[in-house]
Amino acid sequence: MSVPAGHGVSVRIEACGKTFADGTRALEPATLDIARGETLVLLGPSGCGKTTMLRIIAGLELPDAGGRVLFDGNDMTSVPIERRNVGMVFQSYALFPNMSVADNIGYGLKIRGMARQERAARVAELVALTNISGLENRRVDQLSGGQRQRVALARAVAIRPGILLLDEPLTALDAALRDRLRGELNRLLRALGITTIYVTHDQSEAMELGDRIVVMQRGSIAQIGTPREIYFKPKNRFVAEFIGAANIIEAPVENGELVLPGGRQPIGGEASQAAAVAMIRPETIGVVEEGAAPLSGTIDSVSFIGDRQRMLVSGASDKVLTVDAPNTIKAQAGERIGLLIAAEAVRLLPSEN
Amino acid sequence: MRDRLIFTGQLLFTLLVAAFLVVPAILSISAGVTVNYFRGISSGVTLQWVFQVWELYAGTILLSFVIAFATLAATLVAGVPAAYALHVRAGRLSRIIEEVITLPLAIPGLAIALALLFTYQGFSDFRRSWLFILTGHVIYTMPFMVRSVMAVFATIDIKTLDEGAASLGAPPWRRFRDVIVPNAVPGILAGSLMVVTLSLGEFNLTWMLHTPLTKTLPIGLADSYASMRLEVASAYTLIFFVMIIPLLVAMQMFADQEQKR
Ligand SMILES: Nc1ncnc2c1ncn2[C@@H]1O[C@H](COP(=O)(O)OP(=O)(O)OP(=O)(O)O)[C@@H](O)[C@H]1O
Ligand SMILES: [Mg+2]
Repeated sequence: MSVPAGHGVSVRIEACGKTFADGTRALEPATLDIARGETLVLLGPSGCGKTTMLRIIAGLELPDAGGRVLFDGNDMTSVPIERRNVGMVFQSYALFPNMSVADNIGYGLKIRGMARQERAARVAELVALTNISGLENRRVDQLSGGQRQRVALARAVAIRPGILLLDEPLTALDAALRDRLRGELNRLLRALGITTIYVTHDQSEAMELGDRIVVMQRGSIAQIGTPREIYFKPKNRFVAEFIGAANIIEAPVENGELVLPGGRQPIGGEASQAAAVAMIRPETIGVVEEGAAPLSGTIDSVSFIGDRQRMLVSGASDKVLTVDAPNTIKAQAGERIGLLIAAEAVRLLPSEN
Repeated sequence: MRDRLIFTGQLLFTLLVAAFLVVPAILSISAGVTVNYFRGISSGVTLQWVFQVWELYAGTILLSFVIAFATLAATLVAGVPAAYALHVRAGRLSRIIEEVITLPLAIPGLAIALALLFTYQGFSDFRRSWLFILTGHVIYTMPFMVRSVMAVFATIDIKTLDEGAASLGAPPWRRFRDVIVPNAVPGILAGSLMVVTLSLGEFNLTWMLHTPLTKTLPIGLADSYASMRLEVASAYTLIFFVMIIPLLVAMQMFADQEQKR
């Protein structure tokens, strides 16, 4: 038997759907496996069912009949949250206002009957780990947003949970703090190596933190994959447009070439298709002299973003193309340019809806 | 000049209103310490009436407090968990129960009393004991407790706190003890003061439910007005005031504190 890497439990969700009492279908029956020690991100727009799925895993919500939740192969479906040994960070943090920071962190340990001294030692350990030394005796309403977030995390981790569940833990913070804490959180999750399910609607958060990402759309799973797979090989238009910037082009394909107003762009293979939908990421488009590439167009505008410059190019496709070029290239609006795109960078999407 | 006039006018008006409210009370109370009311305060000041009332009605006063605190205990034990359950459970049944609990606010005390008399006419032992009045008071004061606790729950997202405690492994009763109750304290205190004050001062309902052996402060008051000399009745008022004013003041102070938070 091989010993799986990482800590905590493996999780399997089997045909878990959720219909609320008022008839709202929040989640279509979904099946999902999460390996021990893996960080899985649930990503999707507001209302797509991320929190619902997280709450089913936590035991705060019962799946519709037929759904099952398994931890390490054991059926947990009807086990209440207090006996699932999950660490949970709520979007609003849910810190207890009637307890000090240290008592909040130590509450789960107290429930487990840990002796006072041992508890104090464990709390001190977590206070150090989450960088909140000196705040132990504060009341939670005397903390800043970022400090609250750390206390919530420390409290969830203190009980050595089998899985860590985080529901948009950074959303309540301002942008600068969010970026900083994201890096910190990433290091912490890696150091703990515990099975983690992380809910967010922010794709860059998902990319940075997730071993795998589950993209959700209107209550169902649109795609599961590593950040790279999701980014470069989106399964459909929704995923392509939700993750990063994407040029979506509708055009016919002839002999493995996309037929566009500005030229014929190879996509590999020999296939032909009367109406195809293709995706090209802006940063995979190279800017060259006109004629040096099969595709050409006219620059509409150039905006300097710092690490790169974003050009809008018309004439190449029937829609304006977004191109992210290195900031060293000198180009101006009105100029004609060639667009060099590797065949592998063009991804055909199923032409649904 | 004009501002001054307006201010003086307002002040006078306020004083007048205050006097309107306070003067009868003062007159009534002062009668209680006067030797002979018809000859006025010049007849001398005495505590004899107060002592007489105490002798006659000490039992009534004591029973009043017993009932008030028993009512408080009952509304705490039943009302706080009820408020919690009603807050956490959405759904039609919860709303209906909430309405039913609140109903006594709208129904006249007399009607509640009649209903109780009908219901329990067969149980003559119960009917004759002070527990019968207690039942009426619990029904009458319950909405105040439930409402004020629920009001606090609405401001602190108690459901998520409860879920947070559950995720840390706390079984329901520990969550209730460690998280729900401590965070509901402002509402519980406010509700408690209201319940005690209402129970001590309740007349309508109690009048219908009482027997000669089970009387509360206000019933005794009515009794003494009806059958004793005016000085005794007034001394009774004095005692009533002394008992209830501290409660009212505490309530007011409490409300002020809440406002400041
Ligand atoms: N208790 C409930 N009763 C009825 N409908 C609900 C309930 N909770 C959630 N829903 C509905 O279920 C759907 C999914 O909700 P959910 O909270 O899972 O979305 P989410 O992806 O977490 O969104 P957000 O990013 O806004 O938090 C929504 O349409 C929501 O309105
Ligand atoms: Mg959510």
